[in-house]
Amino acid sequence: MSGIRVLVGTRKGAFVLTSDGKRKDWAVSGPHFAGWEIFHLKGSPADPNRIYASQTSGWFGQVIQRSSDGGATWEPVGNKFTYDGTPGTHQWYDGTQHPWEFKRVWHLEPSLTDPETVYAGVEDAALFRSTDGGQAWEELPALRAAKGHLWAPGAGGMGLHTIVFDPAHPQRMYIAISAAGVFRTDDAGKTWRPANSGLKSPYELPDPDAEVGHCVHRIAMHPSRPDVLFMQKHWDVMRTDDAGASWREISGNLPTDFGFAIDVHAHEPDTVYVVPIKSDSEHYPPEGKLRVYRSRSGGDEWEPLSKGLPQRDCYVNVLRDAMAVDTLDPCGVYFGTTGGQVYASANGGDAWAPIVRDLPAVLSVEVQTLP
Amino acid sequence: MIRVVLPAHLRTLARVQGEVQLEVRAPLTQRSILDALEAAYPVLQGTIRDHVTHERRAFLRFFACKQDYSLELPDDPLPEEIATGAEPFRIIGAMAGG
Repeated sequence: MSGIRVLVGTRKGAFVLTSDGKRKDWAVSGPHFAGWEIFHLKGSPADPNRIYASQTSGWFGQVIQRSSDGGATWEPVGNKFTYDGTPGTHQWYDGTQHPWEFKRVWHLEPSLTDPETVYAGVEDAALFRSTDGGQAWEELPALRAAKGHLWAPGAGGMGLHTIVFDPAHPQRMYIAISAAGVFRTDDAGKTWRPANSGLKSPYELPDPDAEVGHCVHRIAMHPSRPDVLFMQKHWDVMRTDDAGASWREISGNLPTDFGFAIDVHAHEPDTVYVVPIKSDSEHYPPEGKLRVYRSRSGGDEWEPLSKGLPQRDCYVNVLRDAMAVDTLDPCGVYFGTTGGQVYASANGGDAWAPIVRDLPAVLSVEVQTLP
Repeated sequence: MIRVVLPAHLRTLARVQGEVQLEVRAPLTQRSILDALEAAYPVLQGTIRDHVTHERRAFLRFFACKQDYSLELPDDPLPEEIATGAEPFRIIGAMAGG
């Protein structure tokens, strides 16, 4: 029988949650790296026993951990993230130019085909790659040439938080950066171009239609239809049907179109999930009711999913990297909250139950469907 | 041999318990201690000082003989008591406050 492994990064360590294909009874392992912030951990699609984790600390900086046995044991690997050449500068809060400074790894994305190759999205925003299992890291510097001098950090930091590979075009990749936007490469990172046409940020930017500077929170793709991407922006839920050449709004009847997480059903490319958050100044669900919203039509029309979720006095947040799906049938959907709960639905979102309730604030959730 | 006391998180990372003992070439300085420490435990590279600039990470302090040496120059000599092992060189995580 298939199994499920849920990888949870929190403010105070990593947790590995496992279940069989019924997804009813769960075992909890952890905390791994107790006391450290685990921004993200993710398994290799090519070898599910290979998992990478980003371990950070305000005191001790960045550590990258690697497991080769599905998270049972770990070994630290390379943590030297040095910008290519002279790092240059980006826009700063006071309008001056500020040198690029590495702070932490926000997101790790293992290659679709090679367990030894993994990409890291970092703050200050840049993309690094390792081809030796995380021992050595090299920047793909052309990304910052895509108007990087105009990028500016938002209040949450200027992090590269999303890396999406196009399975149909191995040279194509999308990345997203807070307060900079989406960028696409068609040549494996040698050149990049902004892919933000159609995004509008009237509350955040002097030019609402600017080529860069949009605060994109997350993008998601269904692998069977890689030219279609869904986006949760700071405000607005968006969709592109032409590989990022143009975006259109699909917020429709959502109670608020602010939020962080977005994901796509494993078997239905037009079924999309978001967790609406009240506003940019109030990072919790509207009315104190935790609801996932699902669209079965690729956007515009959304239905609330609340069965099993708290419907009063709930003031948690769901962060950008804290939602994922499994590939079983029916599709499982998972998300973690800043209140330390990890919720799972084994039926595409119709009903939810907590796997765990009292973890530290959840920063990321990834799911592995095991043979 | 000199004695180095690491913060708990770095002891876990380096997989050591208690104090670390190191052979350090004279002259004994912050730099020579950290060079020897990182050579013995490469996993600590980047966690105490920057990989490239070797600047001390902002929220770590270096204490010894009841003195704070954090703001001294990395090549300034350290007390004889550390060189003889009578006193440890302590790497401390700054208080978080709150």
